[in-house]
Amino acid sequence: MSTRPVGSTEGGGDQAVALEGLVVRSHPMLRKAAHNRSLIAGATILGILITLAVLAPWIDRYPPLEQNLTEILQTPSWAHWLGTDQLGRDVWSRLLWAGRFDLATGFIVVLIPITIGTIIGTLAGYYKGWPDTVLSRIIDIVMAFPYYVLIITLVFAVGKGIRGIFIAFALTDWVTYARTVRSSTLVIGRLGWSAAAKGGGLSDVRILGRHILPNTITQAIVYATSDIVYVILAVVTLGYLGLGIQAPQPDWGSMIFDGQAFMTTKWWLSTIPGLCVVLTGIGLSLLGDGLADVLRPE
Amino acid sequence: MYVIRRLVQAIPVVLGITIITFFLLRLIPGDPAMTLLGNRGTPEQIALLRARWGLNEPIWIQFWLFLKQLAHGDTGASLFYQVPTRTLIASRIGVTMSLVAFATVFSILITVPLATIAAIRKDRAADQVIRAVPLVGLGMPSFWVGLVLILVFAVNLGWFPVGGWGDTIPEHIYGLILPALTSALAIVPLLIRSLRVGMLEVLQADYIATARSKGLRELRVLLVHVARNAIIPTLTLLGINIAFLIGATVVVERVFQLNGLGSLMLSAISNRDFPVVQGVTFVFALSVVIINLVTDLTAARLDPRIRLS
Repeated sequence: MSTRPVGSTEGGGDQAVALEGLVVRSHPMLRKAAHNRSLIAGATILGILITLAVLAPWIDRYPPLEQNLTEILQTPSWAHWLGTDQLGRDVWSRLLWAGRFDLATGFIVVLIPITIGTIIGTLAGYYKGWPDTVLSRIIDIVMAFPYYVLIITLVFAVGKGIRGIFIAFALTDWVTYARTVRSSTLVIGRLGWSAAAKGGGLSDVRILGRHILPNTITQAIVYATSDIVYVILAVVTLGYLGLGIQAPQPDWGSMIFDGQAFMTTKWWLSTIPGLCVVLTGIGLSLLGDGLADVLRPE
Repeated sequence: MYVIRRLVQAIPVVLGITIITFFLLRLIPGDPAMTLLGNRGTPEQIALLRARWGLNEPIWIQFWLFLKQLAHGDTGASLFYQVPTRTLIASRIGVTMSLVAFATVFSILITVPLATIAAIRKDRAADQVIRAVPLVGLGMPSFWVGLVLILVFAVNLGWFPVGGWGDTIPEHIYGLILPALTSALAIVPLLIRSLRVGMLEVLQADYIATARSKGLRELRVLLVHVARNAIIPTLTLLGINIAFLIGATVVVERVFQLNGLGSLMLSAISNRDFPVVQGVTFVFALSVVIINLVTDLTAARLDPRIRLS
């Protein structure tokens, strides 16, 4: 997202530089991937979470929306592994379904920004000149807005819920991708082989399509692993504020909000959905670090 | 001149945030006046609001009206409280500024020692542990961290108030400790990562080798030579991440029931009080621009390399 924290990421103090001489040869890279501990750990954590989310309809123990007012706020038991909430709904089942909604939203929401941002960033970095200046100014402007302030206001303006989330991120999140991709395109430009290709008579379209985009897309995907963490955090935060995924659909954020009133006696109601978010974050961060390592040339 | 160049750079950004703040209203589907006032507005009130925003005029006249209001330091009267937005903002801004200031201090107090230890003990146990902090911390939602801190330190241990910020200055400070810590934790993971890299660079610099070869004690090298040169990257990093920190305080204020700008914005959202939402958004963005300007100018003062580049 635009105004999210900016810093060098592990394994890529300057990821753009890491691109130097990057050649997409799958075999050595796969071998590298198989030995990268952080990649494997991240993929495992994320794999488990995604599997649980995908299997939710089969492994939930009660319908996630089913209320049972005679069994509200139960402590964890064999019948209800994580107890029940204030409406007697099974927390374990809701947790699974919430994961399904939150993870799916996080992964799908970034598709539009990643596409727009990669295209704009590549073109600006390749052609430079005034389009690049305009893009840089837009980046500066969007980055001036505190992340949550911009997202919350946009979702409020276009309407709460999934639709609002999609529009808000489509409008703002492309900026960060454009920023990352632009700087890596500039680095590639400086390496000279795009100039060489041009000297060899290749058209701009061919240079962009065959030589530059494959690299910038890789870059954007590595960046996306950390971006999705922020998107999921924002979706959960919006849910907590009542602006995100709308009730009765379960969402980790609204589950935390619902549990807040019972914090002193039923601490797990708010704590466990939060831990799911943290676990997702750890998985994605490890995966991102690992990917950056594997894709970095020797 | 660096100072002038940097000031000139800020102008299009301020203009840009003005335009975006203006267009936020136009994003509301349908007729904004109708959507916002909804059932609580009579047809006359809706017509009045349309006139005030110039909704019947072309867009550039609407923008001109908006700019004129902004020049008077306002984004219009609150639809809910019927007072100028700036009055509401002025009464709340102190809380948020104190929270942001406290949170900044906390994030420095946490980041600098940890990043330093990690850099000095590179690849040893301490470094491995500290490097795991960002991994876990990045994915922690601020509101959840706040709730957990309340549960542990306010409810169970009873060391801090559960929320609110009291009436006297000592009470304010006391009440701000947990919220400030929560907000700081939102950016600490990133600061640690980046500052550790920055420190490693400083440690490998020639002047550090020189200082050591002169026979200076390691502590002196660290305090005098390393720390001094690490201040600039820390400052720049803080400047870049202040926007995220400010954003985090919005949610943190809600969790800790602090009556700052964030709470004002969130309650304005539930009241569909758009002028207030607009005003707070603008003030937030403007403060980020100003803070960035100040950190950049300070960094340039401290480091001639920035000034002269």
